[in-house]
This record gives sequence, structure tokens and C-alpha cells, in this order.
Amino acid sequence: MKGLWRIATIGVLLLASAALLFGSGQQQPATEGPSGGADNTVTISWWALSGGGGANDPRAEFRKKVIADYEALHPNVTIDLVMLENEAFKQKVQVSVQAGNPPDIFHSWGGGVMIEYAKSGMLRDITPLVKNDLSKRIGAGALGVYGYNDAYYGAPYDMGAVGMWYNKAIFKEAGVAVPETWDQLLAAVKKIRAAGYIPIALGAGDKWPAHFWWSYLAMRIGGQPAFNAAYNGTGSFADPTFVKAGERMLELAALKPFQTGYLGATYDDEAALMGNTEAAMELMGQWAPATQMADSASGKGIGEDLGWFPFPAVSGGAGKKSDVLGGGNGYVIGKDAPDAALDFLSFFLQPKYNMELVDVENIVPVVKGAEQAVEGNKNLETIINAIAQADYYQLYYDQFLPPAVGETVKDAVVALLAGNVSPAEAAQMVQDSWEQEQ
Amino acid sequence: MGRKESRTGNLRNTLLALVLLSPALLLFLLFVVIPVVQAGYYSAFEWNGMGPATQFHGAKNFVRMFGDRIFRTALLNTLEVVAVSLVVQLPLAFFFALLVGRRKTPGEFTFRSIYFFPYVLAEIVTGIIWKFIYHPRFGLPTVLARLVTGSQMEIGLLGDPNLAFSAILVVVVWKYIGFHMILYIAGLQGVPKELEDAAVVDGATNSQVIWNVIIPSIRNTIIISAFLAVIGSFNIFDVVWALGQGGPVHSTETLVTYLYNFGFRRFAFGYGSAVAVVIFALCFVFNLFYQRYIVGGQRNA
Repeated sequence: MKGLWRIATIGVLLLASAALLFGSGQQQPATEGPSGGADNTVTISWWALSGGGGANDPRAEFRKKVIADYEALHPNVTIDLVMLENEAFKQKVQVSVQAGNPPDIFHSWGGGVMIEYAKSGMLRDITPLVKNDLSKRIGAGALGVYGYNDAYYGAPYDMGAVGMWYNKAIFKEAGVAVPETWDQLLAAVKKIRAAGYIPIALGAGDKWPAHFWWSYLAMRIGGQPAFNAAYNGTGSFADPTFVKAGERMLELAALKPFQTGYLGATYDDEAALMGNTEAAMELMGQWAPATQMADSASGKGIGEDLGWFPFPAVSGGAGKKSDVLGGGNGYVIGKDAPDAALDFLSFFLQPKYNMELVDVENIVPVVKGAEQAVEGNKNLETIINAIAQADYYQLYYDQFLPPAVGETVKDAVVALLAGNVSPAEAAQMVQDSWEQEQ
Repeated sequence: MGRKESRTGNLRNTLLALVLLSPALLLFLLFVVIPVVQAGYYSAFEWNGMGPATQFHGAKNFVRMFGDRIFRTALLNTLEVVAVSLVVQLPLAFFFALLVGRRKTPGEFTFRSIYFFPYVLAEIVTGIIWKFIYHPRFGLPTVLARLVTGSQMEIGLLGDPNLAFSAILVVVVWKYIGFHMILYIAGLQGVPKELEDAAVVDGATNSQVIWNVIIPSIRNTIIISAFLAVIGSFNIFDVVWALGQGGPVHSTETLVTYLYNFGFRRFAFGYGSAVAVVIFALCFVFNLFYQRYIVGGQRNA
């Protein structure tokens, strides 16, 4: 009797307190919800990436200015900007999406993670906006990164390319010309090492810088058909293309081209070696110069000595030297976003703002008419040309593939470099993970 | 009559206890019991964390986990942290406590602060500091090796899959030793001076005093400190993460970094839940064992 009493009391108390807790929680949205009613006000939440610059982050300042411009034209719209640092953003957005409550506009790199969100119905299909409006300003290749199954969920404001950044002064001192082919690159590595420099800086501890090498080798060896076959299931990631990519990579690693301890080094370590004139080359995206500067001892990087060339061709490979691996930044639209969010995205993607972003964020502009902002910046001009001439534009493997497969690609490449797996085993790892995700 | 009165009195007491306990109980239920049960539920699914979990997987997640070489590495590494904590860290902490906590010695306060300092640092800050200490180009091992050998060698401990975890263990010991030292100092201050004096009068040597008087007197403190060390080791994450995210090639993975890498990063929340269940079970079983045989055994003695 007494026991029953106790249990019943506990139950009632718990229920009562739970009701109180949840009840008060539910009341909140009603009082501060966006549906203001008569005056038709709309609130849009916007999550963007900060540069980690603290209080006067130029990225935040720039976006606040765009918001002010927009709100001046649309007095009924309020835009709440949340600036987040990269890792914090990834976690926060994951949590909010899992709670079924994504922000209205949020940062995305497109590809696999975006597809994962789209499949779960967490993103708003904005295909009409893209087809009728944005496609007139932004190229199909760049927009494609934000598409899946013939639908678009967002749009890029930046789309760049991964390529070889090199120190012209070190190349000159070592007597090396810009390598056109893989064999020339290997020869250059030997000469640069003999001249006393680190031939290639690599932050393999972060994994993704290393996976660029394997991805590009696979692209040069097998071209688009090999990747598409593996992706469509007519081929496999264990096909000879991907095994050979691993073999070539080991060929390079055997020359000891990387700095000591590179398996534990971060991307910032890599950038510092370039910025401090200790290393001759790195394979990196369009943002490399800015990071080299920030991470160099002088704070200035290597300035005019920095050059860019496309990833070398592999003899006998099916891929073209003009094929580009890359990616960029953009925004996707959350499932419950109001129409005003779409309108604002279109507003944000004006040539004017895209040009300003070149200075603010070192982007490679994608909006037609914004290219002129990079005039005089030879390296960026080269990159824009390379992207324009690419028949095959591949989004980074780790972004394009489903998250689990992307992680496995990076793991496999680092394991390969560490000598833990053979090229065939590395390729099989990727294929196994791919099959598990199907 | 008297009996009935005491019954209503009991009831009133029970009710009062319930009213007073319910907020804590509710929070415990909401933030501990329910998540644990949920993790157990989701561990039977393949689930990307979005929407309801529908793909029932049975015990597949657990089968995959125990078949995974990297999971075994993570488990072994975690057990290694436990072992090093118990065998190296705690004795060292006790030794430091004896040095700076037993009697007034000159500079006692300064040294206590120095030993305690690492514990005050945030885990991530610790990781960043030690990344510099281990830096292959200008770090301590490189500088020392150059001094000794006179050559221009570089040592990248964190980049070497065979050495990276040992390097991390050094940091773990360094980081938490101060915490256990403080516990022991508190314990030492409770040891009656007369006991020690009596032992000395009886002709006991210094080490005999330590073994036969001090250690038995602070047994409770040692039991608590060992318990905290083991549970802390099972859940170790931040320092390991800051020093290499479980890499290179997963050689420094611990159970929790494994959970993060293979659950969160891969959107495999069912699998991640399965890993969480295993970590929880390990801690829980250890806790039961410890309460029953170590703490309980001591109470009976």
C-alpha cells in the first residue's frame, strides 16, 4: 500500500512538473513568432561563417551592410544574422537541422551533406528561383554543386579551384620549371629537396589537404567517366583508376617530399611553411594566399613570389589537364523559410556584392559581371580562367560524397601515406563504405 | 493510536521528501535517464540523426563495432589511459603531495601552485600548448635531439602513428596530476600528527611511516582519486582531440573520439549511439564493481 502510494505520488509529481516545463516552453513561439499578422512583418534567420576575426570581423560587417541595404528597401523584413566560426557552425547547424528547425538561410558547401539534409526534407526546393533568376547570373557548373536530383536547394557566391601554389623564388633557386606532367613534378621534388627546401607542405593531420592529392590523381588517371561509373554503380571505387591513384601517390611519398611529422600537421602548419618560405609547393584551394599570409611569421606571406599552376597531367591518363577539382561557399534555404528569404538570397547574389566579397573573403566570384574585381590579381585570374575552361568540374570528394564515404576517403588516403594500407586496400576501403551507404 | 500517528507522520515525511526531491529527480530523468534509454533505442537503428529512425538494424551496429580494428584500437588506448593513470599518475601525484603537502617547507606554496597549474588550463588550451612543445621544427624533442646529436634532425612525435599516443599520455599525466595531488594534500592534512610522531618514536623509518601510517590513513582519499581517474579516463576527449583528432591513421583514437569521428562526423547516429552505450556500460559496470568491492569492502573492514 505504502509502496503504491509512493509510486503514484512520484508519477503525479513528475507529470505535473513535466507539463509545467513543456507547457512554458511551448508558449514562447506564440509570443515572439514571425507571424505578426496585420503589419505583415517577416523575420529571416541567417547563419553565416565568420573569419574568426573577433569583434570587427569584416565578414560580419559586410553582411550587416547588405542587410541594412535590404531592410531599407523592404521595411517589413527583419534579418537576424548569426556569425559562426567554421567548426562551431557545423555542429550548431547539425543540431538545429536534427531538431527539425533549420535556419532560413545558412552556409553550405553543397554536395553530400547538403544532399543528406535535402533527403530528410530539411531544405526548401528553390528550383524556380534558380531556373528563372539565378541561372542568368551564375554558371551551371557552380550552381550544380547546390543541386540534387534535378532540384536546387541553394546557390554559391564563391566557387574556386584546387591547384598547385608554388614559391617562384625557390623554384628559381632550385632550377626547376613549372611541371606539366606528374613525372616532371617528381623530378622537381628531387631538385627542390637537394636545394635544401621542403618540396611540398602538407597538413595530413587534418586529412582533407591530403585527400586533394588522391582525388586529383584519380581525376587525371580516370577522368570523369571513371568517377561517374563508380558513383553510378556501373563501376567501383576499387577500379584500377583509384588503385593507380594510390600507387602514384606512394611514388611521390617515397621521395619524402613532405615536412617531418606531416601526418600530425594541420592545414595551418602547412600554410605557415609556405608563408615562411620553407616549403616550395602546396596543393590547395583559392583561399591559400590569405591563409599563408595569416599564418606566416611576417604576416605578409611571400607576396609576388607566389604562383599557381594546374595539377600536372599523368601520362596515359584519361583525364584532361583542364579538369578542375574545387568547391566554394554558398547558401541553402531551410525548409520553413519565407519567400522573402529567397528574395534576399537573390539580392545578396548581385554583382556589386559579389565584387566586394573578393576583398572581404578572398572569394572567386561566380556572379557574371563580378570578375572585374579580380583584375590585376594574376593568380585569381588564372584560377577563374581554369574554372571557365573546365569541361569537368568536380566538387571535393569529401564534400560531394555522403559524409561517411567522404570521411573514409580521407582516412584511406592518410592510411596509405602512413604505409598502413596498400593502394588496392585504400580503394577497397572507399568502395566498402560507398556500398554501405547505398 | 500511536501506531497510526506514526504512519501519517511517515506519509508526511515521504511526501515532503518527494516534493523536495522532485526537481532534482525530474532533471535527472530528463537529462540522464531518458537520453541513456534513447541511446539504447537508437543503437539498434541505422539513423542519420534526422527525422524518425526507421531502419531497424538489430545488433548489427554492435557486431560492426566489435569487428572494427579501429574500435579495438580505441578501446585499447582508453584502457592504456586507465592503466597509466593508475600506475604512473596517481603514485606521482602522491609523491608530489608528500613533497609539498606534509609539512611546512620553503617554497611549498609556489611548488603546489606550479604542480596544480596544468589542471587549471582549459583542455583545448593544453592541447595547443603541447602542439607547440611537440612541434617538429622548433619543439622540445627536436631541440633536445639536436643538442645531443649535433645534427639538424627533426622529431615529429604527433605525426608518428607508433609514438603519437605515448606523447599524448605524457600530456594527460601532466594535465591531471595536479588535481590528484590536491586531493592527496587534503587527505594528508587529515592525518593526525601524533600518529606519525608516535611511529617515529617507535623507531619507524620515513618509508615505514609512509607505508604503514600515512597510506592507511588516507585510504578513502586514494579510493576516490582512483575512481575519478578511471571514470575520467574512460571519457577522455578534449586533450586527445586537440592533439590530433584521433589521428594519425586513428592511432590515438579513444572511445569518445571514436564516437565523435564515426558517429557525428559520418552522420551515423545509430552507430554512434551504440558506441555510447558501450562506453556507458563500461563506466556503469566499473562503478558497480567499485562500489561493491572496493568502497563497500572498505566499509566492512
